[in-house]
Amino acid sequence: MAKIRIPPVLRAAVGGEKELSAEGSSVGEILRSVADEHPQTQTQLFAADGGLNRYVNVYLNDEDVRVLDGLDTAVGAGDTLVILPAMAGGAR
Amino acid sequence: MSPSGAEVLRQIKSRIDEVDPSVVREQVSNGAVVIDVREAEEWSTGHIPGARHVPKSFLESRIEGAAPDRSQHVILYCQSGNRSAWAARTLIDDLGYERVESMTGGITLWKDRGYEVEQPRTLTAEQRERYSRHLLLAEVGIEGQQKLLDAKVLLLGAGGLGSPAALYLAAAGVGTLGIVDDDVVDVSNLQRQVIHSSERIGMPKVESAEQTIMALNPDVNVQKYALRLGADNIMSILPDYDIIVDGLDNFPTRYLLNDASVRLQIPVVSAAILGFEGQLSVFKPYDGPCYRCLFPVPPPAELAPSCGANGVLGVLPGTMGLLQATEVIKLILGEGDPLVGRLLMYDALAARVTEVRVRRDPACPICSRHPEEIAREELGVFPDYEAFCAGAH
Repeated sequence: MAKIRIPPVLRAAVGGEKELSAEGSSVGEILRSVADEHPQTQTQLFAADGGLNRYVNVYLNDEDVRVLDGLDTAVGAGDTLVILPAMAGGAR
Repeated sequence: MSPSGAEVLRQIKSRIDEVDPSVVREQVSNGAVVIDVREAEEWSTGHIPGARHVPKSFLESRIEGAAPDRSQHVILYCQSGNRSAWAARTLIDDLGYERVESMTGGITLWKDRGYEVEQPRTLTAEQRERYSRHLLLAEVGIEGQQKLLDAKVLLLGAGGLGSPAALYLAAAGVGTLGIVDDDVVDVSNLQRQVIHSSERIGMPKVESAEQTIMALNPDVNVQKYALRLGADNIMSILPDYDIIVDGLDNFPTRYLLNDASVRLQIPVVSAAILGFEGQLSVFKPYDGPCYRCLFPVPPPAELAPSCGANGVLGVLPGTMGLLQATEVIKLILGEGDPLVGRLLMYDALAARVTEVRVRRDPACPICSRHPEEIAREELGVFPDYEAFCAGAH
């Protein structure tokens, strides 16, 4: 089971959880299992073509999966996925 | 009867090594450490280029900072060659330095010979007091403090992030602070925007910020821009600054800022906050990734909650704004490892900091090109730029 850190903007879509655990041996499998369990995250994570949305970065531990093997990147049991959508908030 | 001071000095001079200024000149290039033992006021009137300053009154406690190795070749000088002789005896007899010389005739003879003198830039007595805790740090010192005083930092927003950043940058003696903000102080700001105050509700934020800064540190020159940063003004404001502190609250301006700062090659210390969480990174053009390398496109409005009013723990922008100020000071001083190519995420509730790597995108539409190739019309351009986050501010 890998851990997935959920950013603030996605938390409402996963019942308020900050961190999930999901089965899967690759980044794609894990994110799809998150989307299956929490359907509201589907359109936020995935583009129409099934790839990751460009405005969402996913890191395996501290490395961007796009510089690894993208959704095919292998994930071990002790790994953490970090989902990072762009934030803009200067709190005026 | 004890011998007179003059007699003791003669005795000292007879048993230490004295060298002529012409020899000192040669020895400097051979790796000798030249130390000026005069008082600070004398040092400030000019010293031998490359010399270190260790006043005789602090010789025992500070010499190791200038000459840590006791077998090092050390040459001392003062105004006329007497105080440096006394100091040489101390280094040899009390501190065990093995190769110490005193320069004959001091800097007076050096100048008479027509040799070069370096004129240090100096701090006023008030500045030496004000920045004394900086001056005690080897990483700052007088040189670093001068860099801070010379630095020009532009703060985008005098809000949640900009308030604490501006306060600490001003306190640190950053010489020029530009502040861009078109808003006025509202009572709901005061929960986090600590540069403002209750009696300034309704006052333009740039005015309020200037008043606080001037009261804190009169060394700081405040430049006020009571406007919204946009494509029409960004290229006339940014070029005057060395570093930009980004506390922007919307994506279109963030991308505009990114593109302009890459074109002008000005580093941007960027932070964003939401709820109990913050992000921080330093975008240093061509040294590291730019904002478009990190997020090539903005999220759709429903995933960009900053478009509306959101809750924020008041202290969180304080934390993030001060991390920004810290990065700014590191960049000015050239010390430490700036947060370039790294993004720091802070979760206040968990008290957890996570860091991820950010890579330059070789296909980045902006920073993969030479700065002069980035046309003015391209800055901040997006397919649905106008529609995005419409009306948000």
